[in-house]
Amino acid sequence: MEGREILSENLERVTPGTVLMRGLGRSYGDSSLPAHPEDKVVATRLANRIIAFDPSTGVLRGEAGVSLVELNRSFLPRGWFTPVTPGTKYVTLGGMVASDVHGKNHHVAGCFGAHVRALKMRLADDSIVECGPDAEPELFWATVGGMGLTGHVLEVEFKMDKVTSPWIWRESTRVRDLGEYLDALNAAAPRWPMTVGWIDCVCKGSGMGRGILDAGRWATREEAGDALPKGGLSIKFPVDLPGWAVNDFTVGLFNTAYYWKQFESRITGLATSNQFFYPLDGILEWNRGYGKRGFTQYQCVIPRRAGVHAVTEFMQLLTKLGGASPLSVIKDCGPEGKGLLSFPLEGTSVAVDMVVTPELQKIVDRLNEFVIEVGGRIYLTKDRFTRPEHFRAMEPRLPAFLAAREKYDPERKLRSAQSVRLFGDKA
Amino acid sequence: MKAVVLGGTSGMGRAIAQKLVERGDSVFLLGFPEADLEKSAADLKARHAKGETAKYAVLDLEKPEGFAAALDAADKALDDFDTMIVTAAMFATPEQMEDNIELLRRLVTVNYANTVVFCEHVKKRLLARGGGKLTVFSSVAGERGRKPVGVYGSSKAGLSIYLEALDHKHNAQGLDVLCVKPGFVKTGMTAGLKPPPFAGEPDQVARDVLAAMDAKKPVLYTPFMWALVMFIIRLLPRFVMRKINF
Ligand SMILES: Cc1cc2nc3c(=O)[nH]c(=O)nc-3n(C[C@H](O)[C@H](O)[C@H](O)COP(=O)(O)OP(=O)(O)OC[C@H]3O[C@@H](n4cnc5c(N)ncnc54)[C@H](O)[C@@H]3O)c2cc1C
Ligand SMILES: NC(=O)c1ccc[n+]([C@@H]2O[C@H](COP(=O)([O-])OP(=O)(O)OC[C@H]3O[C@@H](n4cnc5c(N)ncnc54)[C@H](OP(=O)(O)O)[C@@H]3O)[C@@H](O)[C@H]2O)c1
Repeated sequence: MEGREILSENLERVTPGTVLMRGLGRSYGDSSLPAHPEDKVVATRLANRIIAFDPSTGVLRGEAGVSLVELNRSFLPRGWFTPVTPGTKYVTLGGMVASDVHGKNHHVAGCFGAHVRALKMRLADDSIVECGPDAEPELFWATVGGMGLTGHVLEVEFKMDKVTSPWIWRESTRVRDLGEYLDALNAAAPRWPMTVGWIDCVCKGSGMGRGILDAGRWATREEAGDALPKGGLSIKFPVDLPGWAVNDFTVGLFNTAYYWKQFESRITGLATSNQFFYPLDGILEWNRGYGKRGFTQYQCVIPRRAGVHAVTEFMQLLTKLGGASPLSVIKDCGPEGKGLLSFPLEGTSVAVDMVVTPELQKIVDRLNEFVIEVGGRIYLTKDRFTRPEHFRAMEPRLPAFLAAREKYDPERKLRSAQSVRLFGDKA
Repeated sequence: MKAVVLGGTSGMGRAIAQKLVERGDSVFLLGFPEADLEKSAADLKARHAKGETAKYAVLDLEKPEGFAAALDAADKALDDFDTMIVTAAMFATPEQMEDNIELLRRLVTVNYANTVVFCEHVKKRLLARGGGKLTVFSSVAGERGRKPVGVYGSSKAGLSIYLEALDHKHNAQGLDVLCVKPGFVKTGMTAGLKPPPFAGEPDQVARDVLAAMDAKKPVLYTPFMWALVMFIIRLLPRFVMRKINF
């Protein structure tokens, strides 16, 4: 459901009386979808002006619709990069704040919100405020990771990182099974600022968890040479996956092909930022209209204190339930951030693509029960199926978030399909 | 390139100005209101490959008496511009104009008469310096008299013919005229309308326009599918056009 989308360069003018904002709609879940077809949703993508950039400090202030595609295109050649990037560059600053996104460097850099210095917001009572870690901190930390439910973000100020070159020095290692994978991930964390990996969870038995661990850092000038990476297409995957064809067979084929592409056990070398950070942007067609997607994602984090066996058990459960998944991304997370509903906590995050079928609700329920048992939680931006009682059980911080909502939007004017489902807002 | 963008504060004009500075070209903005120009200039400076400052001057297409002074300001800032891109224009639905004939008068004046007057000023300056590029946004709405865009389309039809003649007449003198005919593009101008299939995004249009300018093309349909769509629409017999609401 798109709702009544309002598209404008001027967010201040159009936001009064609207219930939700939307960036580029890259969230897999229902958080950027309205609860009701008549609800007015403001799309921010035309509000994409950079308001100020200070090259002596890297501090950038931009309107909420500035996207990472644009920032990378314009700033990376000049040696600046966002402190945190998700696995797609088709996201806006507003969306990055609302989901408090994490990247391959979470174990060293935390989430995006940790780098934000100020937000300009339109609140539910139509007033405009400026908040940050020091000004109205309750509003600020409820908004960071708050899925758009505390107010409309109009402008975002954060600090860009200075990078040594526009290239990544990457090391890809092939691992045989999940145990080896988790060991390798642990071993890489202190040595590499960026790590992530892909594993095969369709293959059953001893090959379960075979995969590739990708580690990287910004290349030095000497390693990179003078050439600028060309824009354009990301790395080509060996198999093209139309969304409707995702089944055990194609997934198995995909994983095998991807696995064996890395025929050597370790490959090192230069990669472009597109190849390293955004391998999916080249193969997935996302502009297909909201709510019509045939697949979704499930992402959870299993706390470190639950032990490695908890991750193994989760993967076994996932395999048993048969939620076909060509892309199981496993990443270690650093400590929990300050965002009241921010997703990561110290442990292992698992993200899997899932085809939407009538059985999916049952699969998600079963996975959530496991996550609750081990003290983990799910990532709201990817979620469309979690039950409210399950979310309450996995989120001890929820009362603090709801208290902030009560303070800043007592009438619950701001709402989404997700907030109706999870927090019982009126549709 | 030393480019002036009239309409560079929003929509497709903004996307073009951003792409120009990102590749290192110099840009001067024309349009209004001043606060908006100032914000867009700051954005262009932050994005500029070499950190160059973008300057601007106020120009209202309803006030032709101000054209010369605004162009002087652009010439002064850029040390004689060599490229002019015009995206500014008005849009209104037949319903809005039905109730408001004054709005209709303003629209046809801005989109046709005053845009042509503006182009004449620009043409003189460019020819005097040995040529240059003049890129002007018309519309696929000018290709056929269609119910939902009748008056607006007629203003763009006139503009397209003017631009075609300008190309015929001055191409040999080094004036590269490009008439851009966008199909439906999701901008503030079309915000209240339901996007048809093949609706485009400003960024995609900007990429097409820069490529067509660099290749010195005289006419561009963008997104490309609209060339085919309009080919078919032009072939439809009158009795069909009377029936459909497209
Ligand atoms: C291929 C792919 C890979 C991904 N990888 C990662 C990853 O590695 N790490 C990660 O953390 N995420 C990842 N994501 C998820 C993505 O980063 C988030 O969903 C992000 O929020 C999307 O940004 P968007 O601008 O498209 O926002 P949307 O999807 O449009 O909106 C997301 C949420 O933000 C809110 N919102 C948007 N703009 C505003 C605003 N201006 N003010 C208030 N609220 C607003 C919406 O209401 C909604 O709740 C990935 C997604 C894809 C498709
Ligand atoms: N969007 C489409 O589907 C589409 C299709 C075919 C053709 N076009 C054409 O493409 C061009 C760009 O449009 P867009 O979609 O990018 O829309 P846009 O963002 O609304 O751009 C039009 C610009 O023209 C300005 N303008 C209006 N009246 C003016 C005047 N009297 N003097 C100076 N500037 C004036 C507007 O300023 P304000 O915002 O301050 O009014 C606005 O900045 C236009 O020529 C349009 O006709 C658009």
